[in-house]
Amino acid sequence: MKEDSIHSGRVQKAPENFLTPRGIKEVFVQGQKGRRDFIRSAFAAAAAGAAAPMAMAQGNPLPIEGGDTNILNLPEHATGLGQGVAVEGYGKPSKFEANLQRRQSPGLTQTTQSSVSFAPLQSLFGIVTPSGLHFERHHQGWWDIDPSKHRFMINGMVKKNMVFTLDEIMRLPSVSRFHFIECGANTAVDWGNVAVPTVQYTHGMLSCSEFTGVPLMTLLELAGADLKNGKFVLAEGGDGSAMTRTIPMSLITSGEVIVAYGQNGEMLRPENGYPLRLVVPGVQGVSWVKYLRRIEVGDKPYAAKDEAVHYMDLQPGGLHRQYTNIQECKSVVTTPSGGQVLLDKGFYNITGLAWSGKGKIKRVDVSTDGGRNWRQARLETPVLSKALSRFNLDWVWDGKPAIIQSRAQDETGFVQPTYPQLRAVRGTRSIYHNNAIQSWLVQENGEVKNVQVS
Amino acid sequence: MSRFRNAVVTAALLGLAGLAMAQSPNYPGVGRGATPKEVAKWDIDVRPDFKGLPAGSGSVAKGQDVWEAKCAHCHGVFGESNEVFSPLVGGTSAEDIKTGRVANLSRSDYPGRTTLMKVPTLSTLWDYINRAMPWTNPKTLTTEEVYAVTAFLLNLANVVPDDFVLSDKNMAQVQARMPNRNGVTTQHAMWPGNEFGGTAKPDTANTICMKDCKPEAKVASFLPDFARNAHGNLQEQNRIVGQQRGADTTKPEPKAGMVVASAAPVVVAKLDNSEAKAAMALLNKYSCTACHGIDKKIVGPGFNEVAKKQAGKADYLVSKIRAGGVGVYGQIPMPPQSLPEADAKQIAEWISKGAGK
Repeated sequence: MKEDSIHSGRVQKAPENFLTPRGIKEVFVQGQKGRRDFIRSAFAAAAAGAAAPMAMAQGNPLPIEGGDTNILNLPEHATGLGQGVAVEGYGKPSKFEANLQRRQSPGLTQTTQSSVSFAPLQSLFGIVTPSGLHFERHHQGWWDIDPSKHRFMINGMVKKNMVFTLDEIMRLPSVSRFHFIECGANTAVDWGNVAVPTVQYTHGMLSCSEFTGVPLMTLLELAGADLKNGKFVLAEGGDGSAMTRTIPMSLITSGEVIVAYGQNGEMLRPENGYPLRLVVPGVQGVSWVKYLRRIEVGDKPYAAKDEAVHYMDLQPGGLHRQYTNIQECKSVVTTPSGGQVLLDKGFYNITGLAWSGKGKIKRVDVSTDGGRNWRQARLETPVLSKALSRFNLDWVWDGKPAIIQSRAQDETGFVQPTYPQLRAVRGTRSIYHNNAIQSWLVQENGEVKNVQVS
Repeated sequence: MSRFRNAVVTAALLGLAGLAMAQSPNYPGVGRGATPKEVAKWDIDVRPDFKGLPAGSGSVAKGQDVWEAKCAHCHGVFGESNEVFSPLVGGTSAEDIKTGRVANLSRSDYPGRTTLMKVPTLSTLWDYINRAMPWTNPKTLTTEEVYAVTAFLLNLANVVPDDFVLSDKNMAQVQARMPNRNGVTTQHAMWPGNEFGGTAKPDTANTICMKDCKPEAKVASFLPDFARNAHGNLQEQNRIVGQQRGADTTKPEPKAGMVVASAAPVVVAKLDNSEAKAAMALLNKYSCTACHGIDKKIVGPGFNEVAKKQAGKADYLVSKIRAGGVGVYGQIPMPPQSLPEADAKQIAEWISKGAGK
């Protein structure tokens, strides 16, 4: 069957409809012995005879009892009384979802306070990251700060140095926007070669939320900032690390940069900067200063620690690129992805995420043969500027090895590079800003592996 | 709003027009002027041109004392430690100080990149030590101590001599000796503005090809078999329903045939040991975990190691926590910890009972 002919969703006849009576009998007998390979071959034989459109096994073959016990035996939840309202004042995910956790990558850091935890992208849907699964990056630990005592200051090249309370900031006209945040070091460990097994560890320093707050421009206007000579802004955190980063005024005057307190309909989570953080769309996460306490307007850049020691991209020849802030166009298939096992041959929905620090995603192509042939994926709505976009593509796996890749293009026309293209200009020691096309090898045994192709 | 009304009244009475009138007419009642005292307390940044640098000085000798008391337990006596953070010093040469380019950065076989190999600007060191060090007690160094520690680091890298006193008067001269001062460029397409005069053109230019694009892909890199379970059991890191499962990495990969994914749901058991939970919350609160892992050595011994050695000795552990010590597990000293006795006791009891999760 040609994969290109598949465009619609999963519509399949029930398996018994394209099995011969003899086949059904054999399936029952073999099914009892747990030999699913045999089931598959029985289906294949049936399909060859009947020319049915789908020749693959289903994950839920008809049991020998004549019906699924999950249907035939009504469970407790169908025959009893459930729990009352407000048992959980703040609802939690199902206990069956406990495998979805943000996780540390073993051996990456020595302490938990200067470390990172990765979001479980392999199990997420759509474009919004649940706030409790948002990736974390702390430089000196996180805090839960009393919002009534938090203050925000603007000083430097302004008519008047000013101080704001949360009450005051939350009174101002607000905006709510979806944006991705990606650590500049996302996918860093794979610059030279494959180093980690799953998309959680390769791409999990990536999240997307709806942020609510006040455009920084509004606050700068209130303070009478010198927009002509004040070409740079310093953002500073109020925690121990007192993170500082330089932001160009041109990005702020565009209205994009937000002093945010809201995240996905509630306040920011403490791990994400409660009660106030800077949102700098399209720019690497380190600039989204958490526990934001101060903005200074100046005429020169600041060469903060994370602009002059870390977050500089080493180039071949020994020169570092400084002030590399934009997260360029990138994408990754989240299913099937490394460390997963496909249940069987047959239909799959290849799904993944695409994003660009320069605007909207224009298109995503997906290859299942390691980049030789590509098909255009469906971009699901909404497709928003500097936010994650979700793509999907129908795929029928024939059980043979397949190398799955995605390639995104943003609205500037820029196309996500391959590893050879990226390494040709930046070498392999750059650490930051690895936006290369990711490859996942689906093996005959169904296991998916993180690989790189030459 | 009474506060707003008070402000207007006060301004009118005292003629402090600035207080009320500097506010934008669009948003009356929002924000107030910051006092010079407030700005002085928070505006601590130091720029590469040394704007913001407070007057003062500190010697290499003083820096060594501060270093050994407050810095060495994480960074090593000579800034060489790789235990907690990357080494600060090493990899630079006298030639680098002359050229302003660290030669080892161009060597792909050079094993690491120390802070002194990378940092082009002296202000960055001063600013960062001042705002964020020591790691567990940031912003507690005096101005003299910041100058002194900076001087000591520079001395370790042979940028300044042993008898040097670093001050606001000579920072610019020392900047001219920074080993990697000429080692950075802003000429790239990844700054979101034109302030640095970089390029707008990205450095890669992939194109959209759809058919027969390149020779068949060959797998060039993958994880070795021994790393299969290095990130924990991946089966327990994937949802228990859906179009896939996580691979059971506690078992070797099946070499032939299709894996029949386990139909039985695998959900990781959640921590439910309230005594351990409470102790671990305290360990985080007092930053004990910065130096001690629960079950691994960091700078100091892992709690599991302490538990093995000091089983049942809660009182002894309380005294050691509060008094500090050296020599029991190694030569890196643990400074005295100033936490309430009750909290120290709770931690000590948890350790003495085995430091279980």
